[in-house]
Amino acid sequence: MDIIVCVKHVPETAEAELKIDSSGKTIDKAGLVFDINEWDDYALEEAVRIKERFGGTVTAITIGPQDSESTLRKCLARGADKAIRLTDPKFEGSDAYATAKILHSVIKTLHYDLILLGAQAGDTGNAATGPILAEMLNIPHATMVKKIELGSGIAKVNRELEGGLEEQLEIRLPALFAVSTGINEPRYVSIMGIRKAMQKEIKVLSLADTGLAETDVGIAGSWLNIERLYVPPVEKQAEFLKGTPDEIAAKLVEIIKSKGLI
Amino acid sequence: MAKIFVLAEHRQGQIRDITFELLTKARELAEKTNAELCAVILGKNVQEHAKALAEYAKTVITVEDPKLENFNSEAYKRILSKLIVEHKPSLVILGHTSYGVELAPRLAAALNTPLATDIIDIAFEGDTLAVTRQMYGGKVNVKAVLRKADTYMVTVRQATFTPKKPEPPANGQIITVPSPLTEEISEKRFLQYVLPPPGGVDITAAEKLVGIGRGIKDQANMPLMEDLAKTLGAVLACSRPIVDKGWLPNDRQVGSSGKTVKPKLYLALGISGAFQHVLGMKSSDLIIAVNKDPKAPIFSFADYGVVEDLFKIVPSLKNKINEAKAQKT
Repeated sequence: MDIIVCVKHVPETAEAELKIDSSGKTIDKAGLVFDINEWDDYALEEAVRIKERFGGTVTAITIGPQDSESTLRKCLARGADKAIRLTDPKFEGSDAYATAKILHSVIKTLHYDLILLGAQAGDTGNAATGPILAEMLNIPHATMVKKIELGSGIAKVNRELEGGLEEQLEIRLPALFAVSTGINEPRYVSIMGIRKAMQKEIKVLSLADTGLAETDVGIAGSWLNIERLYVPPVEKQAEFLKGTPDEIAAKLVEIIKSKGLI
Repeated sequence: MAKIFVLAEHRQGQIRDITFELLTKARELAEKTNAELCAVILGKNVQEHAKALAEYAKTVITVEDPKLENFNSEAYKRILSKLIVEHKPSLVILGHTSYGVELAPRLAAALNTPLATDIIDIAFEGDTLAVTRQMYGGKVNVKAVLRKADTYMVTVRQATFTPKKPEPPANGQIITVPSPLTEEISEKRFLQYVLPPPGGVDITAAEKLVGIGRGIKDQANMPLMEDLAKTLGAVLACSRPIVDKGWLPNDRQVGSSGKTVKPKLYLALGISGAFQHVLGMKSSDLIIAVNKDPKAPIFSFADYGVVEDLFKIVPSLKNKINEAKAQKT
């Protein structure tokens, strides 16, 4: 089973204060901690588990500058065999469509039975790259995948629907699955794994290596062009309670009591 | 006349709410741009649904086929590709639902139709399409324009637009188009629906919920949370990361992929407020949120907010609740 995992190196923003940079088109990334996209982390773990069970190889691919190698090193440390980094200043500003084209240009030259990636990225949240890539590769796909059972030439997958419901599909391989969080429990990286990963080679490819034109990638090759970022307007603002923890707790109890809930 | 397509969504014989949300917004866009609003529904035995859609849309295109009994994005892609090429709508609107996410990007790629996903607002500016969407878990809004094209496609976030039935009803014309599917879709087959195993607790029936999220940090803190919930006489619910980590079972999850709740009190502890979670709890009577991050989106939905480390608040809160209960007796 040869598996390709597409991963993205993204800033952790859940608890960080975000500032919009002077261009108005992106956030100020200074001081933010970058790591593998949370959803991709589950995709990577799933790929390594499948390899451990059925044999084969795992190849991790990312698009990004030099610092995104730390995410590829993490993939290698966790059990990926090979890593490819696609990098070029011309890739800047690529949306899901242009990103899929860049990934496609390389993946079409590789052997694979399965392509795994996260159902979405924590930064852009498009949830679109996977199915676009599958269409370009002309292979079936499933998104929001919560469970994968592999058979001979086919996979049974559970997809998340709304309200706790799932649907089970049968999909012919090779196929692309965009996985949801919670499909597995990503493992910690061993010291041995990190040491081994440092010795593995990361293949670096630029626009010229992809066979794509400048107009295929970046903003020119995208469907979506960001005009500006802004802080969401406040529709309803909570009434903020201030004071010491004890004072706040007392106020909260008063509020809850006033509704007859204590 | 230009057309706007809205794809109707239905599952297990029920038309889904998102369909009417989309139709309501699409109707407004159609009026502004002098376009014809056209609802499209694919399935098996969908004539009753078509009648409901006809109250909103000028035309309703139905494609009936036993092979469409259950949603299959590949079947939908083939049929919609054909309809879009024939009718050349200026805009195709789908829900940013599990179905829209599965179908729209692939359909857009097949037709090379510029797509924006998970949008929260949309407007034609001349012949270009401008959209608003969010990034970084709802902390930043983005205004973007789509590359100029004859047809644009968007997926719309659920519960963004409030459905409103047109008065008088549009009384649209229902057009039945023969299915172009000649064979089963062999590479992708629907097998069955799967319900999660029933749990012991029904969070939708609880009067008070303590919702916990990523901010509780460690499984070792779970007893503290359970303790608070017990003291308050509430049931412990959670956002997705807690279920992903296996700290609470699936049936405690509030949100689009979990349960929708409407308790009298929702106390959100360490929950940032990603829209998927908010969808499931925003109709609660009283929402109190405790989060260290003053910019957390949850504060736009809460009635009362506390910007503080929840571990400083929870022990005090537990004591004060006990005191209040003691006074009462």
